[in-house]
Amino acid sequence: MAELSYRDAVARGIAQEMERDERVFLIGEDVAGAGGVFKATVGLLDQFGPGRVVDTPISEQAILGAAMGAAMTGLRPIAEIMFSDFFAVCWDIVVNEIAKARYMTDGQVDVPLVIRSANGGGARFGAQHSQSVENWAMAIPGLKVVAPSTPEDVIGLMAASVRDEDPVLFFEHKTLYSHKGEVPDGEIVDELGKAKVVRKGTDATIVALAMMVPRALEAAERLAEDGISAEVIDVRSLIPLDTATILGSVAKTSRLYTVEENPRVLGWGAEIASIVADEAFWDLDAPVRRITTPHIPLPSSAPLEDDTIPSVERIHREVKESMD
Amino acid sequence: MTNGVRAVDHEYGEHDPILPAPVDPALDQAPIAQETRLAMYQLQEEIRQVEKELHRLFLEGLVQGTSHLYLGMEATATAFGTALRPDDYTFATYRGHGHTLARGVPMKGVFGEMLGRSSGILGGKGGSMHLTSVEHGMLGSYAIIGAHLTIANGAAWSAKYRGTDQVAVAFFGDGTTNIGAFHEALNFAVVYDLPVIFVCENNLYMEYTAIGDITAVPNPAADRAAAYGLERIIVDGNDADAVYLEASRAIEKARAGGGPSLIESLTYRHGGHSRADPGKYRPQEEIDAWMERDPIATYHQRLLRLGVDEGTLTGISTDVARRVEEAVEHAKASPRPSLEASHTNVYADGGARWRN
Ligand SMILES: Cc1ncc(C[n+]2csc(CCOP(=O)(O)OP(=O)(O)O)c2C)c(N)n1
Ligand SMILES: [Mg+2]
Repeated sequence: MAELSYRDAVARGIAQEMERDERVFLIGEDVAGAGGVFKATVGLLDQFGPGRVVDTPISEQAILGAAMGAAMTGLRPIAEIMFSDFFAVCWDIVVNEIAKARYMTDGQVDVPLVIRSANGGGARFGAQHSQSVENWAMAIPGLKVVAPSTPEDVIGLMAASVRDEDPVLFFEHKTLYSHKGEVPDGEIVDELGKAKVVRKGTDATIVALAMMVPRALEAAERLAEDGISAEVIDVRSLIPLDTATILGSVAKTSRLYTVEENPRVLGWGAEIASIVADEAFWDLDAPVRRITTPHIPLPSSAPLEDDTIPSVERIHREVKESMD
Repeated sequence: MTNGVRAVDHEYGEHDPILPAPVDPALDQAPIAQETRLAMYQLQEEIRQVEKELHRLFLEGLVQGTSHLYLGMEATATAFGTALRPDDYTFATYRGHGHTLARGVPMKGVFGEMLGRSSGILGGKGGSMHLTSVEHGMLGSYAIIGAHLTIANGAAWSAKYRGTDQVAVAFFGDGTTNIGAFHEALNFAVVYDLPVIFVCENNLYMEYTAIGDITAVPNPAADRAAAYGLERIIVDGNDADAVYLEASRAIEKARAGGGPSLIESLTYRHGGHSRADPGKYRPQEEIDAWMERDPIATYHQRLLRLGVDEGTLTGISTDVARRVEEAVEHAKASPRPSLEASHTNVYADGGARWRN
């Protein structure tokens, strides 16, 4: 066991997989010499050399196209899109090419690659560098979508993503990079499609993702002081989605809250709410409640941004009020 | 140009015709083996006859959706297909039937796919615009302009990384030189010295607009080569021998570690852009001149000059016609895909499951 930051966990996870498998390489803007704009890939160039850790031009389509072509022909690339907002300039490669190649060729083509990207707000970067776009990715059949909330999960889910035969969009939360957590020594390999109950409870189920997980946990702590026992689930993987864990929890608590950083309309929680309405309606004692960023672009100024993304206070308040 | 704003100085469809160059007589003496030439004649005939048959089947309502025929452009895919090694990679566009056949993909699977049958090479899930056969090095036909140039880079990257001497070739049109991915791909290929060949098949039109009306330079690919430190290469795309020589040179260079090439192959569509387009925006004089310079007629003449007898060439055509007919019958007799097929191969486990 050692304490590790989420940022250093990214590098450790990648290194673990690159050591194991020579077919794995890393490309992206400023990932090699500079160690990444978020310093999440520091040390990899020294460890693996310039043939496997490669700085690229500012050419998001070329980066992802190269990753795809390499994956189709036997390699296992990890490509970085610096900020997830930049997916908008290479979305064709992700959506029309990477996601559909296997299907359109009726299984002739494998595209085992990982695209990692810094996602999410809280850093006062404004509307073009703060978006939570995991719900864009979730809407595309053929992709897998992962968003870890702890350093240990970063490593384990990175390993699972690299080893997966399908393309995985791996969303790192930029505000979590500095967070620290205990991480076991040695190899860590997790599994995609497994949610984690990170706090047990009996009165309400709070389902959260990425930066919303520590906030939901803190809100649950406060709810406990109010006498409300909240169960918190870290979804971790949107596709595949572990609905069994969520439905199991709702069967027990009879109340469901989703805490989503994405703008409200068609956020991932809407899909979960719909599944629970279809399959667990009679388990519910109250309407499903989605706690989300409103349907607005993100503002930059601290008080404005803090007022838009679900905060500990807001999660606590909304759950408490609806339980009264 | 006036006030810095480009003025199109003609009515739509009434631009000056762009005429083909005459056949280069020196190509009769090109160092290309007779059997290679006969193989290229046969391949051009195959592509021509398959495309003509597909057009007929389309008119009969048996080919649905859209299709973009390669009629008149056969020489480029033929020459590259002939010059490539079986383990090399081809990336083509929605106008990719010819490039697919040129990698040796059997006609039966192609017709099956075009008719939406389970015998299709994509099980009926891809269709006309996505022909792929990995076992033949045909790594796909791509229908979003520009993307596959970047993907071809990846295959070339992989060949280099794995230490093989495979090369990747990406075919695309003149219109594709105006999308960002083209420029990203070229810079990327040069920066990493990738064994990739970009082949611009300049048929003078992007869809229904003359390329000259919407492009800053007269030769859409060749005039951009210098921006990426590449050689300016223009080849007669209606002469398989001319393309074969350039293709061989570029392939050898890439294989030997000499990096990427950009080749502009000048050619012309016999018909319109896609199934429904009569191609009326093209000056008649231009159409007539290019029909006259048809690649197969050009090649036929050359082979006769080189001493091949007419009977041999007729025999090749007849044999191709028989195989086309067989393949069409096979496709027509094939069942439609089972409805479960829609739900397979979304993910690597073979299915479409996204939740438990
Ligand atoms: C990104 C994108 N924009 C537009 C289209 C629609 N489109 C299909 S083919 C085509 C023309 C392409 O022209 P060119 O590159 O010259 O190829 P050609 O069809 O002549 O072979 C267009 C505009 C598309 N498929 N993708
Ligand atoms: Mg064109």
